Amino acid sequence: METLQPVTGLALILSSAAKIGAVFTTVMLVVAYTTLAERKVSAWLQDRVGPNRVGPFGLFQPLADGLKNILKEETYPARAARLFFILGPMLALIPALVTFAVIPFAAPLPTPWGVVDMIVADVPIGILFILAFSSLGVFGVVLSGWASNNKYAFLGGLRASAQMVSYEVALGLSLITVLMLTGNVTLTRVVWEQQQMGFWFVFPLSLAFILFVISAFAETNRLPFDMPEAESELVTGYHTEYSAMKFSMFFIAEYAHMLTASALMATLFLGGWDIPGPWDDAFWYQGQLIKGFAADGSVLLAAPSVLKTLVTLVAFALKTGFFLFFYIWVRWSLPRFRYDQVMALGWKVMLPVALGYVMLVAGTMLVLDELGMRSGGFAYGLVLTAVSMMATVGFVVFLDRGRTIAGAAAQRAQKVEIKTIPSPAGD
Amino acid sequence: MAISVKVLDRPHPETTSYLRASLKGMALTFRHIARRKVTQQYPEDQTDLSPRWRGTHRMEVHADGRPKCVACGLCPTGGPANCIRLVGGEDDQGNRYPVVYEIDEFRCIFCGMCQEVCPVEAIHVGRHFENAEYTRDRFVYDLDRLMEQEHPATLLWDPSDPRSE
Repeated sequence: METLQPVTGLALILSSAAKIGAVFTTVMLVVAYTTLAERKVSAWLQDRVGPNRVGPFGLFQPLADGLKNILKEETYPARAARLFFILGPMLALIPALVTFAVIPFAAPLPTPWGVVDMIVADVPIGILFILAFSSLGVFGVVLSGWASNNKYAFLGGLRASAQMVSYEVALGLSLITVLMLTGNVTLTRVVWEQQQMGFWFVFPLSLAFILFVISAFAETNRLPFDMPEAESELVTGYHTEYSAMKFSMFFIAEYAHMLTASALMATLFLGGWDIPGPWDDAFWYQGQLIKGFAADGSVLLAAPSVLKTLVTLVAFALKTGFFLFFYIWVRWSLPRFRYDQVMALGWKVMLPVALGYVMLVAGTMLVLDELGMRSGGFAYGLVLTAVSMMATVGFVVFLDRGRTIAGAAAQRAQKVEIKTIPSPAGD
Repeated sequence: MAISVKVLDRPHPETTSYLRASLKGMALTFRHIARRKVTQQYPEDQTDLSPRWRGTHRMEVHADGRPKCVACGLCPTGGPANCIRLVGGEDDQGNRYPVVYEIDEFRCIFCGMCQEVCPVEAIHVGRHFENAEYTRDRFVYDLDRLMEQEHPATLLWDPSDPRSE
């Protein structure tokens, strides 16, 4: 059997161009349809039907929305900083789209010219690239908030920066455990290690997963952490002064962020495009596409096929779709936190817990390595799963700690104290 | 009298967690996904208007196409909103008829007094509400337009049958 080679030369350029086009189109399409999904799901959660007028089941609603936003009048506040006002939406949108480039979305595809990796750019700095760019997104928000010359917009921008700084810390710390376990920052390697371990990282790193999901909500400015928008307090926060397509760009940016975060969660913790079992495993190891190692340490060559690529693509879409649904579900279920509650959660709970968890995972790994257990193996994952489960249960018990707000019915049952203040007249 | 202040024992932010309540809320909303929807698909699925619904006016017409109105002047007098403009005239046989009869649907409060006071049952409020227009002046209905209306007239309230049963 001839060894499989990655595409080179002209084929590489053409395949890359095709991938860029396909990924960009898909991302924009998914973003458009996520807006529809948001409205549909919110309607279902509230016993309504949702948009169903444009096209069958309202499927052309995003097109109608886009057309409307393009045709609407653009307004500029009289005393806005015009340059930054225009720059804001762009700065918000572009990082949200760029980050998708380093996420692998399917198993490598064999072609007559070589094997094509199903990732736009497998850059060696993978996760760091995502962290860097997704943090850049906040500049758009802050800048537009400041440039609008509006106090609500300004407060929104201010909150965005504060919130982003707070949760970036917890996000980064929860990622460290993943990086420790993979020993690398490329996302293809993260997927590969999960395939090799036989565990998706959601099990051996369950607490990191929980912390990451919560931080991701804050990072994407979604409810219950949408402090920068906070309709009930800040009109609509940083985009109060924006209209027409510029407003729409913030909207697209928000959903693109959501999509990227969902894809990232799927990749980091749910195995990315992996489906359980060794059938689809594939990784470039010393110039060879392998599916694993034999017991004597020799490599087992992978056999990529179109079918595998398609099936894994569907698996990836399902995982990402699940998180998108989760985002929407949470948004229409939970009320917004107060600003100080968001900050308290970020600094007083998330940060220390993430730090402690990093220590715990590092300690466990150290002990396992000392015991001579094969790093990244199934037993390794099993021990980590057990340790993480205990940490997660501890975290949940600590968060809950019997001091719960249990909803309206329990609120009414709370004791009511009536104080009587004697009036000065003394009657 | 002493002032009494109710002090509620609210949960303190330092000692509360929203975990259980959040999960409960999410379970609740999830259960609603498959529930029966309550949305009324409006243009296809019309609301049954009450027989006493007071909406767009209409003018009753004789068999020969003349309005039944005799320009007695009771409706502009009876209605509180001053929305009816009526100029009466008399033909060569001495029959009174409306030369101008206009109702400003914006001024009208749909009290139904015009129908109540009309001695010849000419002007009616009707069971109809879809009267959107593109310009404001289209909301002043003239006599011809009132005579063209085709919706059913409102059933007047009958004191002996207060629930219209």
